[in-house]
Amino acid sequence: MLTRRLLLSDPGGMVIIGLLLALAIAIPVCNLMLPSDSMFYMSTYMVTLLGKFLCFALLALAVDLIWGYCGILSLGHGAFFGLGGYVMGMYLMRQIGTRGVYGHPELPDFMVFLNWDVLPWYWQGFDMFWFAMLMVLLVPGVLALIFGWLAFRSRVTGVYFAIITQALTYALMLAFFRNEMGFGGNNGLTDFREIIGFSIQARTTRVGLAVLSAVVLALAYLACRFVVTSRLGKVIMAVRDAEDRTRFSGYRVEHYKLWLFVFSSMLAGIAGALYVPQVGIINPGEFSPLNSIELVVWVATGGRGTLYGAITGAFAVNYAKTWFTTAYPEIWLFALGTLFVLVTIFLPRGLVGLFRRWKKQESGQ
Amino acid sequence: MNSMERKRFRHLRLWAPILLLWSLASVLHAQDQQPDGEDADTAMIESAPTDVEPGTLAELLPLLAKSNLRERAQLADAIATAGHPRSAAVLAALLKGQLHSIPDDPPRVVIVSAVGNDPDVVDAATGEPLGRASGVDSKRIPVNNLMRRQLRTLIARASLDVADPAAREAAVRELMGSDIDDDVRRLLMERAAVEDNATVREALVTAVALAKLGNEDPLVRIEAIRNLEGSLLSEARASLARIAANDPDPSVRKVAASALQSVQARVNFYRFLENVFFGLSLGSVLLLAAIGLAITFGVMGVINMAHGELIMLGAYTTWGIQQLLPGYIDISVLIAIPAAFLVAGTVGVAIERGVIRFLYGRPLETLLATFGLSLILQQTVRSLFSPLNRSVSSPSWMSGSLQINPVLSITYNRLYILIFGLMVFAALVTVLKRTDMGLKLRAVSQNRTMSRAVGVRASWVDALTFGLGAGIAGVAGVALSQLTNVGPNLGQAYIIDSFLVVVFGGVGNLWGTLVGAMGLGIVNKFLEPYAGAVLAKIVVLVLVILFIQKRPRGLFPQKGRAAEG
Repeated sequence: MLTRRLLLSDPGGMVIIGLLLALAIAIPVCNLMLPSDSMFYMSTYMVTLLGKFLCFALLALAVDLIWGYCGILSLGHGAFFGLGGYVMGMYLMRQIGTRGVYGHPELPDFMVFLNWDVLPWYWQGFDMFWFAMLMVLLVPGVLALIFGWLAFRSRVTGVYFAIITQALTYALMLAFFRNEMGFGGNNGLTDFREIIGFSIQARTTRVGLAVLSAVVLALAYLACRFVVTSRLGKVIMAVRDAEDRTRFSGYRVEHYKLWLFVFSSMLAGIAGALYVPQVGIINPGEFSPLNSIELVVWVATGGRGTLYGAITGAFAVNYAKTWFTTAYPEIWLFALGTLFVLVTIFLPRGLVGLFRRWKKQESGQ
Repeated sequence: MNSMERKRFRHLRLWAPILLLWSLASVLHAQDQQPDGEDADTAMIESAPTDVEPGTLAELLPLLAKSNLRERAQLADAIATAGHPRSAAVLAALLKGQLHSIPDDPPRVVIVSAVGNDPDVVDAATGEPLGRASGVDSKRIPVNNLMRRQLRTLIARASLDVADPAAREAAVRELMGSDIDDDVRRLLMERAAVEDNATVREALVTAVALAKLGNEDPLVRIEAIRNLEGSLLSEARASLARIAANDPDPSVRKVAASALQSVQARVNFYRFLENVFFGLSLGSVLLLAAIGLAITFGVMGVINMAHGELIMLGAYTTWGIQQLLPGYIDISVLIAIPAAFLVAGTVGVAIERGVIRFLYGRPLETLLATFGLSLILQQTVRSLFSPLNRSVSSPSWMSGSLQINPVLSITYNRLYILIFGLMVFAALVTVLKRTDMGLKLRAVSQNRTMSRAVGVRASWVDALTFGLGAGIAGVAGVALSQLTNVGPNLGQAYIIDSFLVVVFGGVGNLWGTLVGAMGLGIVNKFLEPYAGAVLAKIVVLVLVILFIQKRPRGLFPQKGRAAEG
């Protein structure tokens, strides 16, 4: 029953889940078991790259959930991603212990450097893994709750909402650049050593994190699918299509939007938390407004309102970005800019829409 | 020839012979100048009543080396009146016993600095370093107590005799820091009477009053305090604070305290004015950046994320015009204004025709597409010119500052940009309210179908409106090129601010944009002293976000039918 609801009526999703599970098996097999001269050998660099893409895909999924299904365009979702990442970074910083440059048992290096002598109150408790994981959900969630409550209650919608979310992430970026904030300022948090006892540089840890990302993405996909196929999901889509009419039908539109926004922000936080141990650094650049807009383009390119489209888009655009920035670094921005324009004008339903149209033509002939 | 002009010419007739004599004298002096190249002039205005001939510093110094005590006093006087930039330094060295002579022919005079076991030696007339004291065989030129007193006055006079008003002011302020005796005070009073530079005169008057503060008679001190009440110099405030705390006479303390309070109130007032000006200046930058957006976003409802890049194009146009006309920096900025309008406006029309017209009614898609355009424009500029910043030089009439008083000064470039911002605003309001184009523009934005029914070519109006907004962004770029670095990322810094200003002021309302920009600018500048620049900016961002929650349609919401569109 549940399987049918979640998967069988969603062929695109079935393909994605299948691919993710295949990836979860292929990554350890191809990296750890095959010899390095095998045709199917996957380098550790490739594993980390895939892990990064999986995190981006999770972030894109979070955006698609609110944009594609509820019509809320957030241009500040990078903020929740960054916050999740910083929470994870704080845990990892505390795990360094005495192995830092200054060898202080409690304070991270940058605090010793700034001549601080006690750990700030907001850094307390992050040496415990369970607490940090709770915060990965709570910090973005609470910010989204406050921000969303303020915004939706006074019916800030559409473009206005997009612009104030931009301002939100911009303000966070400026704030995290400050050394006084206690998050490492410009340099952010880096030089991590280990995560729950595993060395962060080890090949097995990297493979483990990439597999974990794939599994989490698959679970998150199912969770999103569960939300959009439920009765709640129907109301949410009604809000997208006719907000006033839904309101006049007796639904508390703000509550639905707020709930969905908080859920989405937590997904983004999880994505950030998975991302940081794999790339080994988090800095205020993650909050830059450009990142948040770029991730909306991943979703638009893949095709919004389908969930699997967002994942497709995130992989496609990021793969292109990796390829361009190594092969032709100076034309990447041209390509990205052109993509923005072409997708919005010619492909309003994204790559997924293109595929569907092609299939329809095929069956029509 | 009217009487005014005649008066001016009489003035000239009087001065002509003096000027002639003076120029003759300087030519003569230039002929027998020492090879060191230091110029010496204006030696004969005040002839000292001595048997020592007035002369240049270079001539007087060898005489000083050979002189006896009586001659030495007269020579010191002559040096003070020589008006040489180093006169004061030489006399100060003589006072401190640092002036030495080397028995050559003619004898040389050097200054041995007081620092260290083996101090540095410099030539007295030129200030040129001559090595260490151990390397030269020199003898100190002695002075007696009587001469020391005379020297203090002479140093003051020599330092007040320089031609540059800024150097004179510095000399007066230097004197304020030391003990001023009666002779120097009298000298200062004489100078105050003849000084023609207002700033220096104020400093002189303050210095005289400061000297009187040391008087034994409390009434004189009170009078001096009264004089100081008018001065905004920091030395005056410091002395008043000292008197208010330490004077033996309680009534003097009281007067000083109340004077200090009134001075402090005035200083605070001027500081406040300065802050307001800084706020308005920041506001004018925001206004220039946002005003084009007020057209494209406010009137047409198009979210143009490439707005910042249009500003950048304007700034690059300014740079380009300067490269084309390297010799005409002063006017190239003025040429750049229409040029930037055309460049950015043309790009704007192209954007509207090429992209935006397919996306009307889909604001979120417009946002993404124009963001893509902004990336393309940035990268184009980066590839064409370079990722590095280009320096745009300021015309001479925009550099420097207007010194209103010691506390308040206004830089010309900020002042002109403030005026320019208001002019652009006024021009735009006029175009919208008074021209045919403006009428059509407003008609199309209010009711597109009806406008088309009465024969307005709506699509052309769209293109021209967008071009107008874009062109104004380009003009803003000309102004910004005078304040910040011109680089490919110039526009990004302003895009979020611009949107916030427009949304804060109220979409579709130009006056709201004006008030919003100035208001945000002033709030930002008043928060800065308490919170620092970055935190102030964050606080303003958060305040605007909260404000939009409270009033989603901004400061001045549109009312009536236009609001529903």
